[in-house]
Amino acid sequence: MLLSFLFFAAAAVATAQEPLKKISFIPQWGPQAQFAGYYVAYDEGIYKKHGIDINIIQGGPGRPSSELLEKGEADVGSIWLSTAIQKRSSGVRLVNIAQIVQRSSLMLIAKKARGIKRPEDLQGKKVGLWGNDFRIQPMAFFKKHNLMVKIIPQSYSVNLFLRDGVDAASAMWYNEYHTILNAGINADELTTFFYSDFGLNFPEDGIFVMEETLKKDPALVCAFVKASMEGWMYAFSHPDRAVDTVLKYMTAANVPANRVHQKWMFERMKDIIMPVEQGAGEPGVLKKEDYERVALELKNGGLITNIPDYDEFAFRCQGYVQK
Amino acid sequence: MFKNKGIAFKLVLFFTLSSALIFTVIFSYNYLVSRKMIKKGIEENSANLITTTTSRIEILLTSTQKVPLNTAYLLENTNYDEAELFRVIYAIVEKNPEIYGAAVAFEPYAFDKNKKHYAPYFYKSNGGVSFKYLDKFYDYFLWDWYQIPKELEQPQWTEPYFGEGGGILMSSYAVPFYRNVEGERKLAGIVVVDISLDHLRDIVSSIKILKSGYGFLISKNGTFVTHPIKDYIMNETIFSVAEERGENTLRETGRKMIRGETGYSSVPVRSAVTGKHCIMTYVPIKSNGWSLGVLFPYDELMADITNLNHVVIALGVIGLLLLALAIIFIARSITRPLTEMANAAVKIGRGNLEVQLPEAKAGDEVGKLTVALDCMKTSLKDYIREITETTASKQRMESELKIARNIQMGILPKKFPAFPDRTDFDIHASTIPAREVGGDFYDFFLIDNDHLCFVIGDASGKGIPAAIFMAYTKTLIKAKASTSLGTGALMEQVNDELSKGNDADMFITVFCAILNTATGEISYTNGGHNPPLVMRADGGADYLDGPGELVVGIMDGSRYSTRTLVLEPGDGLFLYTDGVTEAMNGAEEIFNTDRLKDVILASSGGSASEITGSVARAVNDFCQDTPQYDDITMMVVRYEGNR
Repeated sequence: MLLSFLFFAAAAVATAQEPLKKISFIPQWGPQAQFAGYYVAYDEGIYKKHGIDINIIQGGPGRPSSELLEKGEADVGSIWLSTAIQKRSSGVRLVNIAQIVQRSSLMLIAKKARGIKRPEDLQGKKVGLWGNDFRIQPMAFFKKHNLMVKIIPQSYSVNLFLRDGVDAASAMWYNEYHTILNAGINADELTTFFYSDFGLNFPEDGIFVMEETLKKDPALVCAFVKASMEGWMYAFSHPDRAVDTVLKYMTAANVPANRVHQKWMFERMKDIIMPVEQGAGEPGVLKKEDYERVALELKNGGLITNIPDYDEFAFRCQGYVQK
Repeated sequence: MFKNKGIAFKLVLFFTLSSALIFTVIFSYNYLVSRKMIKKGIEENSANLITTTTSRIEILLTSTQKVPLNTAYLLENTNYDEAELFRVIYAIVEKNPEIYGAAVAFEPYAFDKNKKHYAPYFYKSNGGVSFKYLDKFYDYFLWDWYQIPKELEQPQWTEPYFGEGGGILMSSYAVPFYRNVEGERKLAGIVVVDISLDHLRDIVSSIKILKSGYGFLISKNGTFVTHPIKDYIMNETIFSVAEERGENTLRETGRKMIRGETGYSSVPVRSAVTGKHCIMTYVPIKSNGWSLGVLFPYDELMADITNLNHVVIALGVIGLLLLALAIIFIARSITRPLTEMANAAVKIGRGNLEVQLPEAKAGDEVGKLTVALDCMKTSLKDYIREITETTASKQRMESELKIARNIQMGILPKKFPAFPDRTDFDIHASTIPAREVGGDFYDFFLIDNDHLCFVIGDASGKGIPAAIFMAYTKTLIKAKASTSLGTGALMEQVNDELSKGNDADMFITVFCAILNTATGEISYTNGGHNPPLVMRADGGADYLDGPGELVVGIMDGSRYSTRTLVLEPGDGLFLYTDGVTEAMNGAEEIFNTDRLKDVILASSGGSASEITGSVARAVNDFCQDTPQYDDITMMVVRYEGNR
């Protein structure tokens, strides 16, 4: 950490005189606390300090970040690790330049009142699952526990679950879980299964670029990573300000903004970006064993045929500098 | 702490405090009861208001529900083609003003074996009715309006949502319909109608309670569907508000609301608009499981009673002040004369009896006290005047007595040696007068060259009468004494003189003797007096015996004898009054004749004056500080002959 700090301090000085370099960034969803670090870095002028003139493109369901990178409509993007591995495996030359979220926040939620307390209780039950990448962990989880469940496609809301249309539903800890709490169900009335607790920790949001973008200006890409990490750290030490900033950009984007929800999300982001568990990695670094676990499960799930090489897939700015 | 405070202070404190207590109790009771009454009134009124509101909402919802229910029934029980279907959906939208749009969405390949998505949708647009297919991009299978009734197999109202374009808040009623496929009842699709919630919002926002009370509607998830604060709508749930406020009771109330319960919030709820505390009541909307909440601003409800209370408190405070003033007034009317009297008493105590006492205005205790004090003052004045007068008369009397004593003493011979040119006898006398004028006297004089008459006496009683009586006796004796007359005859004459007109029955004891200085022969008469001691030249001494005769002055015509005694040269007589022998000491013992004799024996050989001095000292030593009651008078006569 110290080394990288020293480097970036030097880099910042080195680039101070030069004109700001333009770079565009696409988060995989609209403004919310899931991306607090980027908005805070922008708002506090951290990107500028690092010589970057950033353009944060508004993400959303119709604008998958990986596709924007592919099409060259964005330079850098926040992408789920598993999504990026699949893309890479299918030939899209995506490179991980930072792994922000270290711990999976994907979970299954069930109501205790419906008799679900252990994984075995899900046998034969209706379980709401999101599509694509969101199914890899649940499928592995069901396989691990020899569960036959009735999968119900889950949409954007948790209303089906709330009205008992399904017995269990998928949720992100930082988002839907809190939505359910704020629909009047108490935490102690819920059974939660965190995939990360069942040997299925899939680090989620990472920062990715196309290989050619990295090659063109590695210094810029690394400055972006550095500034973004600094943005996150600043946000974590100024939580109220960070939530305010997020709410400001949500309002600007005309997205409904609920303070307590964003606060919850922000606090959970801290939990999964800087997990306190043993063996938790350095923030922002993709650990090889994490990569391999995710890739292996993807292969087992039949989503990829070959596992991309870790060293090609993961680029560490720190290593680059030391060369 | 109040010990030294005045009566007025104590009275004010006690009465004001106790009145305030009584007032507070009455006030509190009144407040509580009236508050309860107002609450009850609210409950009755709100029940009406809420029933009206919910039934209007229910009518809106149930009338909407009928349309897709009938359509689903139609689809299940009739054969139709696409044109028929279109006509039906179009009619729904066209004929029902409250319905914004309607669709019949089929299960994959259920309508057309080649089409996964088939869902014709008619909707109001630009004053007319538009049409579109809900396609694979919209992917209706994943939406709540489709999924929830499908999974629950029953009609459902969806959570509210913002319609296309985002402006209009809507909710949909979706009804599943089925068909028999090879004897099995299978889901064919969902009939859905969208309604604008504008009308519903109008109904709820028409709820106005006093100034700031309002109603709000929450969905099954607790999401605000209507609320005076626009930002709350669709953005907050009652639970997120509870979390933001950190009010768990609000969360519990919210849970009761979404469970379809009716009731009141257990604790006051803060108005999101004014921040004031409100009583919140809630009732379910049965058709869609939503809940209507109504907030009654507490302070506004209580405004009348609060105003009343302010007036009552003000009146109470004024009343207490007046009471305090009245008590001060009364207390002053009591304490002012008391204080004045106290001051007067102090002055009286210092001796000023001319002090003006406060006027006794009333016949109450203070008045009585004033009268009593005045009476005391008058009595004191009289008493002091009496004392003054008495003292004055006593002083006058004492000075008269003093004069009398001086006169008395003046008539007793006091010059010693009385006969400096005579060596044939020695004489000395002394009297120590008591405080009052006594009746003792002595006298001695030469009748002729060879005859010395000496007398000692003691008149009965004390004071002026005794002095006069004694002086009279002395004068008589001196006047009548002569050598031709024996002492017995002398005494008879004196007795007769004194007895005449002696109405006071006074008497006097007298020892009268005449010494023949040539021969030493003494002739004497003892009229009831203490017997003198005969002192012999050889040092012996004896009381002169022989019976004493009757006291003088008591009985006219009494006979007295003349006795004789011969003194050898050096012999003498010691004469005394009972003041000597009856002198009393602190132990109430008298000096007595034995002690006297001892003193005389001890001092024999001394001169006459030395002997009287010794006796006087002995009596004085015996009596110590005990006050002298009687005159102590003594006389020594010694016959020296011609030695």
